[in-house]
Amino acid sequence: MTEIHVPPLLDGVEPVQSVRTPIRMEYTFTPGVAAQTYLREFGNKKILGNVSPVDGAILVPPRGADPRHGVLCEEFVEMPHTGHVGSYCVTNVPIPGRELDLPYISAWIFLDGADVGFLNLVAECPPEECRIGMRVEAVWKPDEEIATTAENILYWKPSGGPDIPFEEAGVRSWHARKKGGSNA
Amino acid sequence: MLERKVEAMRKVAIVAAASRQETKMLDTEVEMMIPLISEVKDKTGLDQTDIGFTCSGSSDFLAGQAFSFVMTLDAVGPVPPISESHVEMDGAWALYEAWVKFQMGVIDTALVYSYGKPSPGSLQDVLSTQLDPYYVAPLWPDAHAVAGLQARSLLEQGVVTAELLADCALRTGTVDSREEYFSQPMLSDPLREADCPTYADGGVAVILASEEKAEELCEKPAWITGIDHRIDAHQFGVRDLTTVPSARIAAQKAGVHDGPIDVAELHAAYTTHDFLLRKEMGLPEIPTHSQRSYPIKADTLMASGLLRIAEAARGIWEGEANRSLAHATAGPLLQQNLVCVLSGERN
Amino acid sequence: MGTGGELAAVVGVGMTKFSATRGDVSMPGLVREAAQRALQDAGMEWDDIDAVVMGKAPDFFEGVMMPEIFLSEALGCVGKPMLRVHTAGSVGGSTALVAASLVHSGVHKRVLTVAWEKQSESNAMWALSLKQPFQVSINAGAGGYFSPIIRQYMEATQAPELIGCMVAFKDRQHALLNPYAHLHQPDLTFDQVVESPMLWEPIRYSETCPSSDGAAAMVIVNEEEANKSTSPAWIHAGAMRSEANNFPGRDEVNPLASRECAADLWRQAGIVDPRKEIDVVEMYVPFSWYEPMWLESLGFCNRGDGWKLVESGATHIDGGDLPVNCSGGVLSSNPIGASGMIRFAEAALQVRGMAGDHQVDGAQKALGHAYGGGAQYFAMWVVGKDKPAA
Repeated sequence: MTEIHVPPLLDGVEPVQSVRTPIRMEYTFTPGVAAQTYLREFGNKKILGNVSPVDGAILVPPRGADPRHGVLCEEFVEMPHTGHVGSYCVTNVPIPGRELDLPYISAWIFLDGADVGFLNLVAECPPEECRIGMRVEAVWKPDEEIATTAENILYWKPSGGPDIPFEEAGVRSWHARKKGGSNA
Repeated sequence: MLERKVEAMRKVAIVAAASRQETKMLDTEVEMMIPLISEVKDKTGLDQTDIGFTCSGSSDFLAGQAFSFVMTLDAVGPVPPISESHVEMDGAWALYEAWVKFQMGVIDTALVYSYGKPSPGSLQDVLSTQLDPYYVAPLWPDAHAVAGLQARSLLEQGVVTAELLADCALRTGTVDSREEYFSQPMLSDPLREADCPTYADGGVAVILASEEKAEELCEKPAWITGIDHRIDAHQFGVRDLTTVPSARIAAQKAGVHDGPIDVAELHAAYTTHDFLLRKEMGLPEIPTHSQRSYPIKADTLMASGLLRIAEAARGIWEGEANRSLAHATAGPLLQQNLVCVLSGERN
Repeated sequence: MGTGGELAAVVGVGMTKFSATRGDVSMPGLVREAAQRALQDAGMEWDDIDAVVMGKAPDFFEGVMMPEIFLSEALGCVGKPMLRVHTAGSVGGSTALVAASLVHSGVHKRVLTVAWEKQSESNAMWALSLKQPFQVSINAGAGGYFSPIIRQYMEATQAPELIGCMVAFKDRQHALLNPYAHLHQPDLTFDQVVESPMLWEPIRYSETCPSSDGAAAMVIVNEEEANKSTSPAWIHAGAMRSEANNFPGRDEVNPLASRECAADLWRQAGIVDPRKEIDVVEMYVPFSWYEPMWLESLGFCNRGDGWKLVESGATHIDGGDLPVNCSGGVLSSNPIGASGMIRFAEAALQVRGMAGDHQVDGAQKALGHAYGGGAQYFAMWVVGKDKPAA
């Protein structure tokens, strides 16, 4: 390492160990074509999925693309408000910028008929009772609070009924369904 | 420094390209890129599984999201999995990475894409965060202000004249006469609006192919006869802002001077940059009539460089050029430069 | 067989001390520390280097856009080619592979590659949770993402609940043998690992990686140059694979991209039985359960048997026949952008016989492994004490 020589004037002056330089940047995002359609209907308490033009696979929420084939998905289908837990996490760590009582359950929700899951909250369920394959239904915000945002569903709660077997739950549902499995 | 002479390198050609630029695009990155990637695959008849290597370029700061390129990968259709890489750089460097892969002899085709959407963010603030974070960025100088520093050095040292800058602006079509140029108010003194870039959202996709494959996929492949990139120092205090050594070296190593250039596509966002690049690369100060060369009209950060390469290739495909040059830059004030020379002749 | 093109080898390795905050150095100081050590190890000067390849994870970790631009001087890049790679968590590995490709291709003779992260400069949790307006904000960091995947592994294999704790305890013990490791916990007991609070159940705090500052660097050269070295690590194979984040039927636990990357790697290296032919493994295990999961995915055992390998002690440096993460692994040091390169560099140190107290005696072939994104980006290499067979 090169030795650093400071002017005599600075002899004995405590060196600066760190500087604080706050950064603030603002972005105005556009949701994109598929998400616009989805959010508009979500504001009407409807959940849309994208239909793959290749094999009819249903992707929720719609991103306008089938990632397996790199093709645009322009067709939408309305989805039921029920599904099952593909897998889940009991979290004891707060999310920056969001108030949630700890612990909370975040789960991959697979809507009935959907071929991919999305991450959302599960509540009205003690963590020790949550299960892979547990059936759930959407709990919406009060009608007057519904808007074209992603947050219209407060959480998902257990809806009763028999669990989806592990072998057919979550990401395995696609293969199970192709074999004529029981995923609703 | 080079292990092998360029002539000993495996020949690689650009065989297809597709691009799109709009001032403000409402599509997501995935929605924007799918039609472009589909177009180059259609043009060549290649399927994703036929493509040996995929490489892309983009920036998280531009997108305002960490790991932003991860979702964009969906546009490629990477199922089954693909051999793939990503640079946090302009797509021109993604193309370089792919070109290196060809030299290993392990691939015959590659897909390269890049994209940038400056419209969601406050671009001048975003670009400020690219400067030295300890001494410069906290002052929040915007890109035009930094370019103004360089322009003043150039003017005061007599390297360039205001008339030359006016002529450069004329060539871009942003002004119709010298008079109009000089009547514009200063935007970032001594730079006027016509000296500075506008920005656009956009993306570009290209397909590269080896000498064994290119002619199957394209009637007239645009052969890469030389490609090189270099970086200069960052600290403005240690750089002579009136020179761009990295562009000079890259041009030399890419063999720009080995023959006449018919089309020069320069990633010159400012008139001063157009002037400096021409000087460093030994191009005529004013392009000849037969030579197509304009400063770019709108800068699509992270894609502009690869777009220049695609445009230079188009010059070959359309018979406009036998030999064309493309240039890409990154960092403030032309700090990092890539030069690619294309030819209609394989050898 | 082989990586294609010319032979290449690692002749210099440098790492920094990893810690939560390297407040004693700036970003340039940090990368230079690793780079200078790598050059010194290689017996080279800055001028000997033809090109530099840098890797790191998201720029938001330091709040600097494309920081390689301002690090040009610190890494001796002026007038040279410089590339910046970013492939999510696998980036340290991908960066090494890109650097190697510059040599395999014959484009350059001597390449310096550096990967780093200085997470203390910003707030990593913030950087990873930047609010996106069109989706539900539910994911508290990487643990929240990987926990549901680990849960599926546990349920599918019926692995004993404490396998993850065994991995975490082993890696922290290994870390005591590595002076550069971030976490040095000499008094840690297995019970303490088990009793650690659940953060992202089934992941305990003790089963997660720390957040570190740090850098790793390597000098990679061609055959002619490597022949001058007394201890080159020859690159026998290198592979990268990526797949989409979320698609119908995706095997999240054992992703196809991982399996195909490993298959390509073993093919290039001429390895038929990795369990027998690989002497030491440095794999990317940011959450303890990923050790048994990757052991299966990489083909070191049958699917469902990874936890048995862990339970048997096979992956412990002390007495194991397949030591994994002798350096302490990602669980003991995690400067994200550098973590992949540390795995690759540690693999090189092992076959060079230069791993110090965590050296595996007589290591001939070693695996370096990294993954990233939602377990969808993979980078791997095999390095050997001897030149690859022609």
